[in-house]
Amino acid sequence: MAAEDLPSQFDVVILGTGLTESVIAAACSRVGQSVLHLDRRNYYAGNWASFTFNGLLSWIEQYKNQQEVQITELEQVWRSLIDEGEDAVPLSALDSSISNLEVFCYASEEEEKEEEMKTPLSSFQPVNAETVSEEANGDSTEAHDTVTGDDTTASDAKTPNEEHEVSEPKEDQHTSDISEPSQSQEEKESQLSSSPADPPVEVQKKITYQKLVKEGRRFNIDLVSKLMYSRGALVDLLIKSNVSRYAEFKNIGRILTYRNGKVEQVPCSRADVFASKQLTVVEKRMLMKFLTFCLDFEQHPEEYQDYTEKPFREFLKNKKLTENLQHFILHSIAMVTQHTLTEEGLKATQHFLRCLGRYGNTPFLFPLYGLGEIPQCFCRMCAVFGGIYCLRHSVECLVVDKVSNKVKAVIDTRGQRISCSHFVVEDSYIRDEQRQSTAYRQISRAVLITDRSVLPSESDQQISMVTIPPLESSAPAVRMVELCSSSMTCMPGTYLVHLTCSSSGKAQEDLAPVISQLFHVSTIPGEEPSEGAEERSKPAVLWVMYFNMRDTSALDSSSYSLPSNVHVCTGPDDSLCSDYSIKLAESVFHHILPDEEFCPPAPNPEDIIYDGDGPQAEGPGFDESTNTEADKSLAEEEGNSEPAEMDSVTQQAPLDMTPASEE
Amino acid sequence: MHGRVKVKSTAQQEEEKRKEREKKLKAFVSARDAVLRKRSAGEHDEEALQLTQQLLSSNPDFATLWNYRREVLLQLETSREKDEVQKLYESELHFIEACLKVNPKSYGCWHHRSWVNTRLPQPDWTRELGLCDRCLSLDERNFHCWDYRRVVVKESGVSVEQELQFTDRLIGSNFSNYSSWHYRSTLLPQLHPQPAPDSASNTSPSPTASPQIHSHRVCEEQLLKEYELAHNAFFTDPNDQSAWFYYRWLLGRAEREEMISCVYVSRERERVSVAFSKPVHAQSEGLMLVLDGQPQQVEWRSTHPRLRHSPVWLCDLPPGSVSDISNEHNLTVHWTEKYTHRDCALYTGCAESWCRDSATDQELFRSELSVEKSSVLQAELQSCNQLLELEPQNKWCLLTIILLMRALDPLGHEKETLAHFQTLKEVDPMRSSYYSDLCSKFLIENTILKMEYAEVRVFSLSNKNLTTLCHLDQLLLVTHINLSSNQLLRLPPQFAMLQCLEVLEADDNAIESLEGLYHLPKLEEVSLRNNQICKLSDLESLASCTKLTRLDLRGNPVHKTANIDSELSQLLPLLCKSQAFVV
Repeated sequence: MAAEDLPSQFDVVILGTGLTESVIAAACSRVGQSVLHLDRRNYYAGNWASFTFNGLLSWIEQYKNQQEVQITELEQVWRSLIDEGEDAVPLSALDSSISNLEVFCYASEEEEKEEEMKTPLSSFQPVNAETVSEEANGDSTEAHDTVTGDDTTASDAKTPNEEHEVSEPKEDQHTSDISEPSQSQEEKESQLSSSPADPPVEVQKKITYQKLVKEGRRFNIDLVSKLMYSRGALVDLLIKSNVSRYAEFKNIGRILTYRNGKVEQVPCSRADVFASKQLTVVEKRMLMKFLTFCLDFEQHPEEYQDYTEKPFREFLKNKKLTENLQHFILHSIAMVTQHTLTEEGLKATQHFLRCLGRYGNTPFLFPLYGLGEIPQCFCRMCAVFGGIYCLRHSVECLVVDKVSNKVKAVIDTRGQRISCSHFVVEDSYIRDEQRQSTAYRQISRAVLITDRSVLPSESDQQISMVTIPPLESSAPAVRMVELCSSSMTCMPGTYLVHLTCSSSGKAQEDLAPVISQLFHVSTIPGEEPSEGAEERSKPAVLWVMYFNMRDTSALDSSSYSLPSNVHVCTGPDDSLCSDYSIKLAESVFHHILPDEEFCPPAPNPEDIIYDGDGPQAEGPGFDESTNTEADKSLAEEEGNSEPAEMDSVTQQAPLDMTPASEE
Repeated sequence: MHGRVKVKSTAQQEEEKRKEREKKLKAFVSARDAVLRKRSAGEHDEEALQLTQQLLSSNPDFATLWNYRREVLLQLETSREKDEVQKLYESELHFIEACLKVNPKSYGCWHHRSWVNTRLPQPDWTRELGLCDRCLSLDERNFHCWDYRRVVVKESGVSVEQELQFTDRLIGSNFSNYSSWHYRSTLLPQLHPQPAPDSASNTSPSPTASPQIHSHRVCEEQLLKEYELAHNAFFTDPNDQSAWFYYRWLLGRAEREEMISCVYVSRERERVSVAFSKPVHAQSEGLMLVLDGQPQQVEWRSTHPRLRHSPVWLCDLPPGSVSDISNEHNLTVHWTEKYTHRDCALYTGCAESWCRDSATDQELFRSELSVEKSSVLQAELQSCNQLLELEPQNKWCLLTIILLMRALDPLGHEKETLAHFQTLKEVDPMRSSYYSDLCSKFLIENTILKMEYAEVRVFSLSNKNLTTLCHLDQLLLVTHINLSSNQLLRLPPQFAMLQCLEVLEADDNAIESLEGLYHLPKLEEVSLRNNQICKLSDLESLASCTKLTRLDLRGNPVHKTANIDSELSQLLPLLCKSQAFVV
C-alpha cells in the first residue's frame, strides 16, 4: 500500500492525543469537521496515558534512552515540499516533558533481576495499544498496515527514540489482544466481585517482583493522577456529549488525611459526620453548620466580609472551629494552602460540597482502568464521527503562508503534505525556538505499588484520596490517591498509590520524605519488610517510581511565536481535577469554530437516520435498551457501558485505531 | 455539512412515539379481553399464564390478572410432580422480579410474591432477603419491601441481632430513614430487654401508683448506646425529625396504671361520682357499687351525653340510703374487670366525702417521659441544652427540652418552659396553635399540682394565655374555678366533670359555647363577661344547673338581644326568681 493513503486535506490536524487534544478532536469531528489526529507515540493519551506494569517498564526505558535526534535526509524530503511564499516551521522530535525518572524495587526479586533490565520486546504493551482496531473493517486494517509498515523502514532513522520497537511483535499483540468483549466484561465483573474475597489469601503471600511482572497486565498505571469532581467540567462534558457511555467509573470511597503521624478518615458527607467516632457531637454540629454555611456562603456576606483579604485559615480560626475541624476543612475539603484567601477557600469548600452525593458519599469519581481511558473515549467519539487516527505518526513541520502568516499545511513524518485550516498541537512538540516564555513549572510524581491500604477498613476495595499537609512549612502539600484492585488498575492483593505535588525540586526529594512517613520502605531493595511490630503497621512499598512532569498550564498563546491558526495545548496541570484541560479544549474549539456548539450530545442510536448514508451504515449492535437516561446515570459504580454497543461503534468507525476502552 | 450525522427532528420523534403508544394500547386491550374471556370460560392452562404474563409485565398493578394467575397456578400444581411445582413457582418468582422492576411499589406484585413463597415446596429465603436488600438500597423507604422483608425475616429465622446490624447499616448510610429507626425500635426490646421490673429503679415515691412499666423497654446499658446514636444524628442534622422521634421513643412513654383515681359521694344529692385513670365506658366495664356491704343496683351515666367514654361517671344511690346525716356509711366501688376497687367512707355529720390518689402522689403528669431514671434524664437534658446553645432556633430541640424538663421537675422549670414555648411559636409559626394548646396543657397540670400541694379546692388560672382546657377529670372536687383573661373559645362537654363546682369565673375570654355547663348540681355563680356568646340558645344548657343564681353576661353579643330579660327568664326561670341576675 502506498504511503499516500491519507487524504491530503483536512479541516483540522491535531497532534498529540492528550486529554485536551482529544476533546478538541471529538468536538470538531462531532460538528462535521474532518479531523486527522496523530501522535508520535505508539500509545494513546501522551502524558495522560495509563500503562500496564510491563508497558510502564518499557516506557521508562524509552525515556532513559531518549536522545536528541539528528535531522536526517528526511529534512530534504520535506524541504522539497515547501513552495515559494511559504515558510517551514519544524517541530520538536524530542519529548522533554518528563525528567528525573527513578525506579526502586523493594519486592523480592529472586530470579527475576534481569527481567527488569531487559524487558522482552513482546511485553511492550502500553495499555492503549491493546485497544485496537476492528479487523472487520477491511479498509482500516490496510491503512494500519501501511502506517506501521512504513515505520519499520523509514522512521527508525528519524525518530528512533519513539519507535525503537519492532512493529511486528506489536502487530501480533494487537490482533491477539482483542479479547472478546463479552468475555472481558464477565472477567471484569468476576474480578470486581471476587477480588474482595481474594486478598486475605493474597496478602499473606509475599508478592515478588516476578509476580508483578507476571500479573503486569492487571495494572493500569497513570502518568497523571487526577480524580473527577462529580460536578466538575469533565463529568459535565462526559454527560453532555454522551461520551460517558464509553467508560465506567468507581466512586472514591473515602477521603483520608495524614495528621499527627496518623492516617485518619475525613468526615465530609452527612453520613460520615454522623458515623464519625473522632468527632464529639458538638464538633459534628459545628462542622455541619459550617459546611451548610459554605454551600451558599454568597448569601451571607456578613459572615466573611471582614476576612476577604485574609487567609481562609484565619477565617476558620475565627469561626471557633476546633483544631480537628480546621485541619479537615483546610487540607481535605477545601484542599487549599495556608495562604489561600478566604473567598477562594469558601469557593473550594462549596465546590467540594456541591459534588457530594451526586454519585456517592465523596465528591470524586475515578474511571475504571485508569485516567488514560478518558482521552481515548474522546478519541473514540471523534472516530465515530469520522475522525482519522494514526499513532507513531507525527508532523515534521508546519507550512506557513508568508503573507497571511497562517499554517496552510503540515508535512508528516512520512513526507506527505496535508493541508489544513487549523493545527492543534500538544506543547511538548513545540521547539524552544518557537517559545517566547519558558516559565513553566514542574509536577513531582511518585507511583507506588504497596501491599496493603494506608488505613485498612472493613472493605479493602475502596479508592482513597489522602491529603497530606506539608510536613514542614517549606514543603509542598502532597496529594495521594490509593487505588484498589477493583478500580482495575492493579493486581489483587496490591494497591497502586499515586503521589502528586507541585515540585520544589526533584520528585524523589519532594516525595520520599512523605513516603517514608506513611509506608514501610526497606533499606535494602528486595528485602522483605521485617515483622517488627511498628513497621508492620504500615503498608510495605514493593515498587516505586519517581519522575517530574512539566506543567505548562501557566502558558498561553502569547508564550509561543506561532501562526494564529496553530493552537497549542498545554499538558496536564498539578491540580486534582481536569477542569483546566477541559476549559482549554473548549476555548480552542471556539477559536476554531466560533459558531458551533461544543460537544453537543451525540444522538441516540435510534435517532440516527441510516438510509443511504455511507459512514453510518447501520451497525448491528446498537442496543435498543440504550436510552439517554441510562447513559446519563454516568457513574453508578459498575457503570453501564454496554460492550456490545461499544463494539458496534467501533465497527462503524471509518478508520482503524479507534480506541476501545475495553481490555 | 459533510459528514454530519442526520438526526430525526422532534416532530418526527413525537409522531413515532404517538404511533408506538397507539399500537401498544391496541395490543394491550385485545390481550386483556382475551384473558378475561378465558377466565370466564374457566380455562386454566399454560396459555393463560403466558397471556397474563404479557399484560402484567407492562402493567403489574392489574390485580384481577394476578388473581387469575393464582387460580391457574393452583390448577397446574395439582397435575405436576414436586420438582416441577418447584420449577413452576421459581419461574413465577423470576417473573415477579421483572414486574417489580417496572413498578417497585406494586401491591399486586408483592402480595403475589408472598403467596408464591407459601406455595413453593422449598422456598429460598436467602435469595428473597437479597432481593429485599437490593430493593431497599434503591429506595430505602419502600414500605412494600419493608413489609415483605419482615415476612421473609420471620420465615427464614434471621436472628434479631443480624437484623439490628442491618438497621445499623441503613442508618449509617442515611440516618434520615425513619423506617430503619422504627424497625430498630421493634428489635431492641427483643435483643436487650429490660431486666424484671425493679421498683427501686423508679422515680415514683409510691410504687403502687407508679406509671406502668412496659415490656417493650430496653435495658439501660443498651439505652445509653442508643442515646449516643440519636445524639450523633441530631447533632449532625438537628432538623431531621427521624432521629428526634426515635429519641422520644427511647426516653420512654409510660402509660398510667388503670385504676379508680377518685370516689366522691354527696350526701345531699345521694350521688356517687367516680373518676378513672383513663376514659372508660362504665356500662360495659363491670362496675359494682357496694354500700355498707350491700351491692347496689345503680345506673351509671357519664357527666355529659356527648361523652360515651369518659373518665368520670356518676350514679344516684337509692333514695334515703345515705341521707341520714347522723350515720356513717361505707362505700366501695369495684372495677371487677381490672381487679381493682376504691373505698370511701362517709362519716357522721359530713355532707360529702371522697377518697382519691392525687396528681401529686401519682406524678402522673410526668408520665410522658418519666420511665427513665432522673439521672439519665438530667444527662439528656444537658446534651439537648448543649445543642440548643449551638442551634437556638431548633424546634425539635426546644420541644424535647420542654418534655425533658417536665419529666424532671415540671414546677421548677415552669419559667424556662414558658420561654421555650414562646421561642417555639416564633420559629415555627405554622404550629403555633399546637404549641399554645400544649403549653395550656402543661400550665393546667402545674396548677393542678400546686392546688393539690396547697390542699385547696380552688383552681385559679387567670391570664395565662390558655387556649384549651384539659385534665378536667382531675378537677372533680374543685369548687371555685377562675379562668378569666385567657383565650378560651368554649367550655367543652368535659367541663361537666366539675361536679363540685360552685363558682365559675371566665371573664375576658372568647367563649362561644357553654356546652359543658351541664347538670352541674352545685353551680351557683357564673361570670362570663366579655365573651362571644351570641344567641340565647347558647345558654340552654345552663337550665340544667338548678342552683344557678347569678349569671353575668355583660359584654357579650347576646346581651344586646331585644327583650333579653324576658327571654332569659323564660329560659332560666330559677335564675330570675333569685333577683341576683345581673345582665
